[in-house]
Amino acid sequence: MQALTNRAKAVDRRPMTFMEKLYIPAIAKGMSITFKHIFQRKATVSFPEKKRDFSPVFRGLHILNRDEEGRERCTACGLCAVACPAEAITMEAAERKPGEENLYREEKYAAKYEINMLRCIFCGFCEEACPKDAIYLSETFAPANYQRKGFIYGKDDLLIPDPKEGK
Amino acid sequence: MAEEKKLFKVKIDNISVEVEPGTTILNAARQIGGEIVPPAMCYYSKLQGSGGKCRTCLVKVSKGSDADPRPMPKLVASCRTTVMDGMEVSNITSPEVLEARKGVVEFLLLNHPLDCPVCDQAGECHLQDLSYEHGADSTRYEFKRRTFDKVDLGDKIKLHMTRCILCYRCVYTADQLTEKREHGILGRGDASEISTYISQSLDNDFIGNVIDVCPVGALTDQTFRFKNRVWFLKPVDAHRDCENPKCCGKTVLWMRGNEVFRVTARKDKYGEVEAFICDTCRFDKKDVKDWIIEGPRKIERNSVISQGHYVNTVKPKDALVEVLDGRQPKLLFDIHSESQVNRPDIDLSKIHGPAHSDDFKK
Repeated sequence: MQALTNRAKAVDRRPMTFMEKLYIPAIAKGMSITFKHIFQRKATVSFPEKKRDFSPVFRGLHILNRDEEGRERCTACGLCAVACPAEAITMEAAERKPGEENLYREEKYAAKYEINMLRCIFCGFCEEACPKDAIYLSETFAPANYQRKGFIYGKDDLLIPDPKEGK
Repeated sequence: MAEEKKLFKVKIDNISVEVEPGTTILNAARQIGGEIVPPAMCYYSKLQGSGGKCRTCLVKVSKGSDADPRPMPKLVASCRTTVMDGMEVSNITSPEVLEARKGVVEFLLLNHPLDCPVCDQAGECHLQDLSYEHGADSTRYEFKRRTFDKVDLGDKIKLHMTRCILCYRCVYTADQLTEKREHGILGRGDASEISTYISQSLDNDFIGNVIDVCPVGALTDQTFRFKNRVWFLKPVDAHRDCENPKCCGKTVLWMRGNEVFRVTARKDKYGEVEAFICDTCRFDKKDVKDWIIEGPRKIERNSVISQGHYVNTVKPKDALVEVLDGRQPKLLFDIHSESQVNRPDIDLSKIHGPAHSDDFKK
């Protein structure tokens, strides 16, 4: 039969010699490989106790940023949604009323902002598209959930806490 | 009579065209079409007397005419210069013109704010296109930009004077279309501004067309303000029998689902309306039932508005219901049960002005 590749090796079908029938050298060889791994560096970490560092370019869960005065930066321009290849972002804009200047940076803001994490592929295009430095991808995993509805992230999930309120 | 009119032979960027005497260079170029057409921010073919203000359509006339072949000493505004027989014009083939146009764009952007993320015109703004295609990456201007307060021109039109480039198109529209003109330009030079003079409300029947003719976001539709970005809406051609004899009733509906977010006139490839529409069509008919929909509007491929328009898609036949003897498949999750966006009890298109925080608290 013709071999499909040139890497095929013919199986040696000669009867075993006396040394091979003893099996002891083969067992010793196998055990030496096993024990060698005791002294080598482990490929795994014991996860919840020890965590691996993220790569500096890691793209995790989104946050919506505020400015120094604690006002929301997002102005609902829709550039993140238009850049999103998975069409995961939707929003509804509203006009800032007099008296809301301490809440929103611009005269227009996102009244509703939603990211569907089931659709999101964490490409980071939204972060790149944002002209207002409002959306960032943090160094956190999107947590797992038993139900799908836990993956619809609204503004209360995404917005970072007001830095002034903590003081 | 019956003497045949002599046509003038013009060469624009080495392309010959024969046009009638009295045609402007810009219109001769538009007869050729393509990328040699100079951009225009203030010229509007439907408005008499428009043009000559913005200087973006500057071209170089390298040969005046057959009779007098001397070149014109300076770059000329092509929207106001008529052709002569044997004239030779260079537009994109002349580096001088491109350099001058770059300077004009920089001048137009001197006082123009960088608020495109907030502006409703973004995505269909001529100044955005112009500065993207012809402008420099940054400005050298270091001084304070002039600012104005926002003005409500009536309850349907919002004037952002800060964004205005003083093209005078809206003034001509108000002059020529509506019965009485109530707005014009006040002040001179750097201080000039579009105003209604003592903030008179404009209740003329065709005044809504100033929104369509405005090349920037200075005059915007208050009923559409902040409702949605234009590129998330689906433009469809529609018409209705308008009672107004001057109105053609042929419009573009900007829809999302079954909601009509705004109504505009149909615009051609130069951003000029095909025919003006009345205010009833524009502002008051925000229901699909008022309109006869002709089909999706063709949007140029390079426009951001064409994003998400999946044309000519074929939906595969879902055989599941047939196989299950008419039983609907059990959905694991219905997005509308959880999503806070597009709530069925809030019709954004039905709110008169922009939505506010209390509109979402219902």
